[in-house]
Amino acid sequence: MTRRPPILSILIALIGAAFFLVPLIATFNFSLRMKRGELSFAAYRSVFESDTFLSVLSFSAVASLMAIVLGILIVVPTAYWVRLRLPRMRPVIEFLSLMPLIIPPVVLVFGYVRIYGTSSILPLTMTQMGTNILLVIGYVVLSIPYMYRAIDNGMASIDIATLTEAAESLGASRLRTIAVVIFPNVQSAIVSGAFLTFSISMGEFVITSLLNRPAFGPYLVQMGQDFAYQPSALAIMAFVFTWVCMVLMELFATRKPGQRLLPWFVRRTVQKGKL
Amino acid sequence: MPFLLFALLFLILPVLYLVNGAFQTPDGRYSLETMLSLSAPEIASSYLLSIQLSLASAAMGTVFGLVLGYTLLLGGLPGWVRRAFMTFSGVASNFAGVPLAFAFIATLGRLGLVTLVLRDIFGINIYAAGFTLFSFWGLALTYLYFQLPLMVLMITPALEGLRPEWREAAESLGASRKQYLTRVALPLLAPSVLGCFLLLFANAFGTLATIYALTSANFPVVPIVLFQQIRGNVLYNPNLGYALAVGMILIMGLTNTLYFILRRRAERWQK
Amino acid sequence: MSFLTLTNINKSFGANTVVRDLDLTVNTGEFVSVLGPSGCGKTTVLRMIAGFETPSSGSIRVDGTDVTALPASRRKIGMVFQAYALFPNMSVRENVAFGLKIVGMSRAQIDARVSEMLDLISLGHLADRYPYQMSGGQQQRVALARALAPRPNLLLLDEPLSALDAQIRTSLRDDIRRIQQELGITTIFVTHDQEEALSISDRVVVMHKGRADQIGSPAQIYNHPSTGFVANFVGKLNTFDAMASGTDSVAVAGQNIAGLRSTAMPPGTPITVALRPEALSLARRPGDDLSLPGRVLTSSFLGSVIRAQIEIAGQSVSVDMFNRSDAVLPVVGEQTEVWFARHDVLILREVSP
Repeated sequence: MTRRPPILSILIALIGAAFFLVPLIATFNFSLRMKRGELSFAAYRSVFESDTFLSVLSFSAVASLMAIVLGILIVVPTAYWVRLRLPRMRPVIEFLSLMPLIIPPVVLVFGYVRIYGTSSILPLTMTQMGTNILLVIGYVVLSIPYMYRAIDNGMASIDIATLTEAAESLGASRLRTIAVVIFPNVQSAIVSGAFLTFSISMGEFVITSLLNRPAFGPYLVQMGQDFAYQPSALAIMAFVFTWVCMVLMELFATRKPGQRLLPWFVRRTVQKGKL
Repeated sequence: MPFLLFALLFLILPVLYLVNGAFQTPDGRYSLETMLSLSAPEIASSYLLSIQLSLASAAMGTVFGLVLGYTLLLGGLPGWVRRAFMTFSGVASNFAGVPLAFAFIATLGRLGLVTLVLRDIFGINIYAAGFTLFSFWGLALTYLYFQLPLMVLMITPALEGLRPEWREAAESLGASRKQYLTRVALPLLAPSVLGCFLLLFANAFGTLATIYALTSANFPVVPIVLFQQIRGNVLYNPNLGYALAVGMILIMGLTNTLYFILRRRAERWQK
Repeated sequence: MSFLTLTNINKSFGANTVVRDLDLTVNTGEFVSVLGPSGCGKTTVLRMIAGFETPSSGSIRVDGTDVTALPASRRKIGMVFQAYALFPNMSVRENVAFGLKIVGMSRAQIDARVSEMLDLISLGHLADRYPYQMSGGQQQRVALARALAPRPNLLLLDEPLSALDAQIRTSLRDDIRRIQQELGITTIFVTHDQEEALSISDRVVVMHKGRADQIGSPAQIYNHPSTGFVANFVGKLNTFDAMASGTDSVAVAGQNIAGLRSTAMPPGTPITVALRPEALSLARRPGDDLSLPGRVLTSSFLGSVIRAQIEIAGQSVSVDMFNRSDAVLPVVGEQTEVWFARHDVLILREVSP
């Protein structure tokens, strides 16, 4: 390969970096200007001091965690069974798991409010609790494509069938096999999928808003209509939150069972040792 | 199996319900009337606007993402630059919705930093020149913030699949760099690039929150119209809402089907 | 008449020198193999000839012209890669036509040349297939046809057989040699397989740690290896620690063997002598004039060959004998004499590690 100084490459990378960074810098800068004539974290303070902020945040966090738990309970046994016993079902299950990417959330929730609305057989939206359940279900549906892929990849990297046979030949029951052998081995994949689910549902707007839940997404929109500087502060916080979720997701997705949580420390020392 | 029951209740039934409703008139008669009323001027123009906006943002995302991805992977840049962009792309492609709208208001809104810097330092008043963030191109540019990194992430495997031997083989047969690009690399990337374009299109087509927060629901793309319909029945015909939803499913289904066909084709070559 | 000349080539990647002081001349129409273990620098040599790497110093001349600074696309080379590297978006026909289109040949000329090339590799019937529809051996034939179609000055083969099954490897090897001789094209062939190199080449360059240890005909390389590395890498070898006892004699396993090729060492210097397994026999053959006593450790019947391990002076030695219908399998544990001819004894310059 010729090692020409890649001026064009550098230029393109700089333009790309500018496109990515300028909005963040601008937003951060804007978020600091709440007090006239000085830069301060007043906008952030004002956000944190609001009771609404804390209440919507905890509502969204609880709903998201419930969605994660429900998602795991639905996806893990399914992925396991499909790999182990029903490989013929695989195309069907995969298609179903990808359907939420094809059906926009606004369409999905439209169906929900009609089917589970006031005059239906299962009127979930009649009660607060029922609506909350429907919200969590909506979050689960949105996260299924990612959750299924993360967990299925995790199972692909270990030999599920042989592990199960090995556990059963040693006398373990099926439930015990899942709990003691399979689950720990795909734990990282599950956690990885969980962080993605968390980042999707925390700020979800469409389903949340149409189900009229007091959660973070609708709160954000309201803030955008009522205030000038707080939205920027919230945008920066949301970006940092997304970043943390993605880094943790990536970390767990590539982590092997038994590996330390911060693999790059280990890798670096190994490389040094080699040299 | 719990998954099948779950999918039946919360994926398939809602869709079937909407499809069923879309082929009925408000008085319960099965008819194509409702679906055909999608061609009414205000509905058709919503679809047109949605498709145009999705096409524009997907086209920009595809072209710029391909150029950036190619530069990062094959442009001879140091590894840390590539890794930094990849990590950032992972975050930015998930940074959509309401916060993204806020960020662009702070950047290119009437009082946004870039707007002010351009006006006060460079003497270019983009708002006086007719630009507003809440217009078609303002929205397309905002979408680009998640479309571009998504393209970079999705095209990376295809770019990595371009084996260096192919370039060397072409060179040894006398091909210039340009001839290699136009005759080997681009044809090889074409199915992947088209596939990514379709996914970006679908991604933009379904986007609601960003546009809602940016324009306070005053930009009549299909998701916004449907959202308003669910909120307050602005169409005075619930079945038209069903038809609107089914229209969206059809467009999304078509793009995704095409995408899978193209991906098949691309995978065949990557062996 | 020399067609390709490498003069004093050195190549470093950073602090890592991979090719050192390489001189090589290749005659028109000659088939030269570059043989060596992985990491010996052989592929780098080929890539410098191709123009994918630039030598750190030294020059490369093709047909009298200095091409050291010429980019690969202007060197008129044909290259075949280990992993075929056919363009997956093009049919066989389009792959072979690629180089012809680049030089701007007319359609009719291209069609004629393509079918001529496909006939050469006997794959005319697969002209409209795509690479993913063909076996590895077929793909590599097409790659050969593609490389040869523009009538290059030089054919460069980078381990073209390594990715193939044993059977196809042999038949494609023979095809390559046949086509090369038919076209009379000067060819450089890189391989780590000594059998391939010996069977196909006019001359072999054995590379070791970036240097050409020996350049010679296959017979010279095999029969008269000039270093311990060459002797060990090319073919199996039994080595014995010995002591120079005169200018043409050594002491080995308690015996003094005289009348050898010159050791060029003062008496008392430790040296290594070596014998090929097939130079040894448990029965005296015509011409065998020396023997050492030993004991049979193992014996195995391999079809055309009977292979025995014999312990001689505390060392295990391989003996290969041709199988004949009257041959007797050596009995494990038996005392025996190992026979060989004086002129088969190899004296290796350096002491083997």
